[in-house]
Amino acid sequence: MAITWKNYSSGDSFDEMITPGGRARTGAGKIVQYLRGLSDGDLRERREAAELAMHVMGITFTVYSEEGGIDRVWPFDIIPRIISAREWRRTDEGLQQRVQALNMFIADLYDEQRIIEDGVFPREVLEQSVNYREQCIGIKPALGVWAHICGSDLVRDSDGTMYVLEDNLRVPSGVSYMLENRLVMKRVFPELFEDYSILPVDGYSTRLFDMLASLSPRPADYPTIVVLTPGIYNSAYFEHSYLAQQMGVELVSGSDLFVGDDDCVYMRTINGRAQVDVIYRRVDDLYLDPEVFIADSVLGVPGIMRAWRKGKVAIANAPGAGVADDKVVYAYVPEMIRYYLDQEPILQNVPTYLCMDKEQREYVLANLDKLVVKPANESGGYGMMVGPAASKKTHKEFADLIKKNPRNYIAQPTLSLSTSPTLCDGHVEPRHIDLRPFILSGENSHVTRGGLTRVALKKGSLVVNSSQGGGSKDTWIVETGGR
Amino acid sequence: MTMLLSSVAERVYWFARYVERVENTARMILVNNNLLLDMPRNSTLGWAPIVSITGLAEKFYESHKEANERNVMRFLVMDPANQSCMLCSLAHARENLRTSRAIFPRAVWETLNDLYTYTKENKSSVLTRRERYHFMQHVIDSCHLISGKLSASMSHDQIYEFVRMGRNIERADMTSRVIDVRADNLLPKHDEELKPFDDIQWKSVLDSLAGYQMYRRYVHVRVRGVEVLRYLLQDIYFPRAIHHCFNQAEQCLRNLPMNEAPQYALVKAQRLVRNARVERIAHHKLNDFINQLQLAIIDINSELTSTYFEGKEVSPALYYAMPHELATA
Repeated sequence: MAITWKNYSSGDSFDEMITPGGRARTGAGKIVQYLRGLSDGDLRERREAAELAMHVMGITFTVYSEEGGIDRVWPFDIIPRIISAREWRRTDEGLQQRVQALNMFIADLYDEQRIIEDGVFPREVLEQSVNYREQCIGIKPALGVWAHICGSDLVRDSDGTMYVLEDNLRVPSGVSYMLENRLVMKRVFPELFEDYSILPVDGYSTRLFDMLASLSPRPADYPTIVVLTPGIYNSAYFEHSYLAQQMGVELVSGSDLFVGDDDCVYMRTINGRAQVDVIYRRVDDLYLDPEVFIADSVLGVPGIMRAWRKGKVAIANAPGAGVADDKVVYAYVPEMIRYYLDQEPILQNVPTYLCMDKEQREYVLANLDKLVVKPANESGGYGMMVGPAASKKTHKEFADLIKKNPRNYIAQPTLSLSTSPTLCDGHVEPRHIDLRPFILSGENSHVTRGGLTRVALKKGSLVVNSSQGGGSKDTWIVETGGR
Repeated sequence: MTMLLSSVAERVYWFARYVERVENTARMILVNNNLLLDMPRNSTLGWAPIVSITGLAEKFYESHKEANERNVMRFLVMDPANQSCMLCSLAHARENLRTSRAIFPRAVWETLNDLYTYTKENKSSVLTRRERYHFMQHVIDSCHLISGKLSASMSHDQIYEFVRMGRNIERADMTSRVIDVRADNLLPKHDEELKPFDDIQWKSVLDSLAGYQMYRRYVHVRVRGVEVLRYLLQDIYFPRAIHHCFNQAEQCLRNLPMNEAPQYALVKAQRLVRNARVERIAHHKLNDFINQLQLAIIDINSELTSTYFEGKEVSPALYYAMPHELATA
């Protein structure tokens, strides 16, 4: 039995491909029809071809187990997620606007703190921020940019509106899967690429290189750029080595680098030392410099903050950029856009209740069964509670947590997250998805064409994280002609 | 300009050593296996000398009473207490390759990965003599496949010099160990009289270094102890003769920067081998000579480390049981 769309229903959720009336959405017509024409055998064959391609290409992420880190292939769904180019152009603009404001905000916090003086952003939020680094006060990074690579998570609610769920400004990962997913799809469905006009994604590595090069403190034709990884046991190690390879730069760990007497950063090579101009660090800033942060960190480079402060080396993302990677700060982003840019936000925030505010807290405590509660500074979906799915006991636990440390919690209405048709045991079923585009900021800014679509493979699940049963899909931004 | 990170150079060097070590261990087991079939039943020769060759006898006897076939086989193939065992060496080689994947041709990664999986899944087959042959042969072939793929599809640049260097230093080391343990037992202490089984034992010494056929072509005399020794030490053509290995390593160094210190250590080692008076050391001071040779190899290794791999934090587990616990048996 081939795919039938007759029984396909996403319930109350917005489906990205099929309307509630059972018709294909704009841009999705050809693929819906194409999938209908494939037999079970065809589908199986394509799926196996995709799996094989992932194995051969060595696309893996690392999971921990008793035996140490093991490389796993990340589950990949062969049905692409489709977004019309018209919608995307608007999203692209909105993301650039947002990241521009975030960068101005971070720069302001480490400088005059005008936004606090002017009463737009409360001082106590900053005072209790775990990612604010006093060591960065007064530093002026090249081009005034702090968050050079940002991964913002977008979700679509049941009414079809796209919301920004969070901004990842520390060491966002996933872009390598976005790039590799496209390669896999080209191998598996070459014929679809002939019918569609799909915006290409593979310019990312070049853009990333150019952006990093524009930060170099030594104006040279070919600056020395490195990717700094915490090492092979990091779950994103594949991505670190992939990006280094794609950009043609060295992949280094902390012990490959040292800071000389002249405060320049060098790497150890068989020819002796070689000066490094730009460091794309994938190490959390607390581990970056044992002289300044965690003293027994072996992942970092002693003296690297000194070198950065003196402008001898560029670091992306800048240490301290994570201050804006806080769910309480998130709630203020629309205000930031108005304050710094004097513009109305193009993309909406999910309505957010700040538990630090007495009135809002009381609302949250009274509605725990309807809300999603999140800690302000966790990532990867850890430490959160999905109210409607949680037990009374969990509600009680979170009520206590909130009362104990209100600054550390926010709450949001439970969004239903849009769905996309996903191949499950040979059938097509709706599964919830989100989207992580990546925004580069240097001399210019650039948004990926689409991004990484993550899919919660478990029926009904809203958790898309790779560590918790998520998979991914290719994301197609398609030109739909005339309109 | 491409730059070679010290840490990458180090991983490449040790990757080559581990792969070479696996191949050498497999061949040694294979040859001893055959030799034992030829020896009279009550012969004292067994598996103990093989343990001695690895330099890990002390470690072995910590956990085993007897160097019987089963114990030795486990120790050499799969015992985590022996970090130089085949499985551990492959795991180390794989880890080194995994962390420098961008540098090696993808095909090399695939072969090594296959070999590692094969060894892990079939390791218990080495406990029976019948399956052992096939297993060891497969391991040796796979190692050759890796060398071949490297040679045929990798740029012969500075990185490749570290592959060759690792391979040749490991070979020189292995040859010296084999001579130390096997030859010492075999060399007649008083006269040139050959005992009936010495012949096949000398042949097996050559076999364990894959050298019998080449020896016959080049030496033209019957297999005699002193000649075998001379061949393994001083031949300039045979890939596992120590002189040849050192020459190769020296060529590698010529293509590398800042090579004075390692070059000096290498020249010293070469002089030791070239100037050795084989008849004399065969009869008297073989042990002393091999000790000197082992120290010279250690010296080369540490010069390479301080010149090229400097300043790395290295987990001792990744390293050899060096210095060689000299002929404990």
